[in-house]
Amino acid sequence: MGIAVEGARKRFGDFQALDDVSIDVPDGSLTALLGPSGSGKSTLLRAIAGLETLDAGQVVINGQDATKTPAQKREVGFVFQHYAAFKHMTVFGNVAFGLKIRKWDKAKISARVHELLQLVQLDGLAERYPDQLSGGQRQRMALARALAVEPQVLLLDEPFGALDAKVRKDLRTWLRRLHDEMHVTTIFVTHDQEEAMDVAEQLVVMNEGRVEQSGSADDLYDHPANEFVMSFVGEVNRLGEHFVRPHDMTVGLDRDDGAEEAMVQRIVALGFEIRVEFVLGDGTEVWAQLTRAELQKLELREGQIVYLRPGQTKSFSGDVPPPEGGGASTPRHPDGGDDAEVSAAA
Amino acid sequence: MSTPTPAKWGLRTLAFGYLGLLLLAPVGMIFYKTFEHGLGPPIEAMTSPDALHAIWLTLLMVAVAVPLNTVFGVGCALLLVRHKWKGNAVLDGIINLPFAISPIVVGLSLFLLYGTDGWFGPTLSEWGIQVLFSTPGMILASVFVSLPFVVRETVPVLQEIGTEQEQAASTLGANAWQTFWRVTLPAIRWGVAYGVVLTTARVLGEFGAVTIVSGSISGETETLPLFVAKAFEQFNEEAAYAGAIVLALLALTTLLLMSVGGRKAKAQGGPIPITGDAAISTSTTKEGS
Repeated sequence: MGIAVEGARKRFGDFQALDDVSIDVPDGSLTALLGPSGSGKSTLLRAIAGLETLDAGQVVINGQDATKTPAQKREVGFVFQHYAAFKHMTVFGNVAFGLKIRKWDKAKISARVHELLQLVQLDGLAERYPDQLSGGQRQRMALARALAVEPQVLLLDEPFGALDAKVRKDLRTWLRRLHDEMHVTTIFVTHDQEEAMDVAEQLVVMNEGRVEQSGSADDLYDHPANEFVMSFVGEVNRLGEHFVRPHDMTVGLDRDDGAEEAMVQRIVALGFEIRVEFVLGDGTEVWAQLTRAELQKLELREGQIVYLRPGQTKSFSGDVPPPEGGGASTPRHPDGGDDAEVSAAA
Repeated sequence: MSTPTPAKWGLRTLAFGYLGLLLLAPVGMIFYKTFEHGLGPPIEAMTSPDALHAIWLTLLMVAVAVPLNTVFGVGCALLLVRHKWKGNAVLDGIINLPFAISPIVVGLSLFLLYGTDGWFGPTLSEWGIQVLFSTPGMILASVFVSLPFVVRETVPVLQEIGTEQEQAASTLGANAWQTFWRVTLPAIRWGVAYGVVLTTARVLGEFGAVTIVSGSISGETETLPLFVAKAFEQFNEEAAYAGAIVLALLALTTLLLMSVGGRKAKAQGGPIPITGDAAISTSTTKEGS
C-alpha cells in the first residue's frame, strides 16, 4: 500500500529529468522529496499525479498500477506552489469544484465545504475571491480544495515556496498537525532541508534525476551515503577529501598535534549560535558553529591565529587515505544507506 | 496625482487635437447632417423596404459570421497555445492572411472559386446552390475578413493564465470538456469578448469583399455599408447619412453590451488585494522545477 514508483525515466529534449528513479512511500506517511532545482523532484511528483507521463517505469498507488491512468481518475490531491486558484470562483466555489464534478447534491456539498473551511481556518471567508486572500490563505484554500474529494494521496509541490518566512513556518507546523489528524499518504516537494526535516517522517534526497538516499532525517544527517547528501542535508566544511560538520569543529588556542593552524576571518553572531569563519594555511575557507558561551571563553578576535581540530570527519572517495585516526572509506554510490565510515580523528 | 507640466499639457492637446480632427469632427458632422431637419427624414429614409432589408441582411451576416469565428477562434487559440507542434507556425501565418490581404482581393478570389468558370462554381450550381450574388457568398466573404480577431485576442490571454488551473481541475476529477467550460473559458472570457466585439465591428462595416461577391442588388444582396455607398453615389444624401448613423449605433451597441457585461463581472468580485502579501502571488505563470 502507499505509493511506489519503479524505474521511472523522463526526458525533456536533452534534459534527463528522471533517470531510473524508484521510491517507496509507506501508507499514511508524510514523505519529503528534497533536492536542488532541476533535480527531478517536481517531475517525479507530477508523474505520480498523472500530470506528466513517464518514458519508462511504473507508478503504483495503493496497490493499483496507475501508470496509464489519466490524472482525473487517479484520485490524488495536488497542491501547486503558486496555488492554481480558480480566480473567477469564490473560496466556496474553489473548494466545491471537485464535489460538483462528482455531482454531489447541493446540501451535501455545502456541508462538506464548510467542514473543510473550518479545518483550514478559512470559515467566514467562503464568499471571498482568491484575489482578496493573502498568500497563506490562498494556499490553505488550495489544500482544502485538494482534500475535499478525499484523495487517496496528497501531493504538494513546493507548497510554501511562494510565502514569506514567518507564514511558511506557521504553515508547516500546521501541515504536520493536519497530517497527524488525517493520515492521508502525503508527499511534498521542497528544496529547503530544514523544512523537510521539520515536517516529514521520511526524506528522499534527489539530485540530477536520481535518488541519492532516502531515510529518516537522523539517518541522512548522521549517515549520509555520499558527499552530495552530506552537503545538502546540513552544513559541511570540506578539508581535502574529508568532510566535517561545522558543529564538530573544535577551536583551540594552543598549538596541538593533528590540529590545523587557521586565522579567524570573521565572527558572525546569529543569536544563540555564533558562526566563526577561518582561513587555513592553504587558503581553504572553513567555518565553525560555536555557542555564545564557547566564544566568550575563547575570547576570539578577527585576525587571531587558532588551532582547529575536526571532530568526526567523513570521506566518500575510495582512493584517498583516511585522516589521522584511520578510517575506511566507501564508494560514491553505496547500495546501503549508512555504510559511509565515520572516523574519529585521533 | 502629480501636477501637470507644460509637456503633459502639450501631449494632451496633441492627442485630443488629433482625435478631434480625424475622428470626432467627421462623425459629428454626420450626426449634424442627419438630424439637420429633425428626426423625420432619417427615419423615413431608414424605413424604406430596401433600407430595412439592408439592415436585416447586415444583422444576418453578424449572426452567422460572429458565432462561427468565435468557435473557430477559441479552438484555434487552444491549438496554438496548448498543443505545441511544428505545424503551428504555418497555422499562425494562415490565420493572419485576412489581415494582410486587401478585402477586394478576398472578394476576387471568392469570385474565382465560385464563379461560373471557377473550381467549385459549376458543381455547386448543378446542385442548385448559388454562392455568388447571394447570401452564401456574402457570408463567406464576411467570415474570411473577420477570421483572425478572436484568435489574436484569445492567444495572449491563454498564454498568460498558464496551465496550472487546468491541471488543478484535472486532478480534481474534471475531464477535458468540464475543464474547458468551468475553468479555461471563464478565465479567458475577456479576451474572447474583446475578439467578438472586433469581429462584429468588422462584419458590420465590411465593404470591399462583400461588394464584389454580392453584386449589390438593392433589396436582395445589399448590406448596410453597400446601401450607404449606393445612396451616396445617387446623391441621396439623407439615406446615406441615416444609414451611416445606424451602422455607428449598431457598433456602439456592441461596445456597450461588452462594457455592461464587464461591470457586472467586476461587481461579482473585483481583483482588489486587501492584504499585504496578496501582491506576492500575482505571478502565477511560473512553473516549478
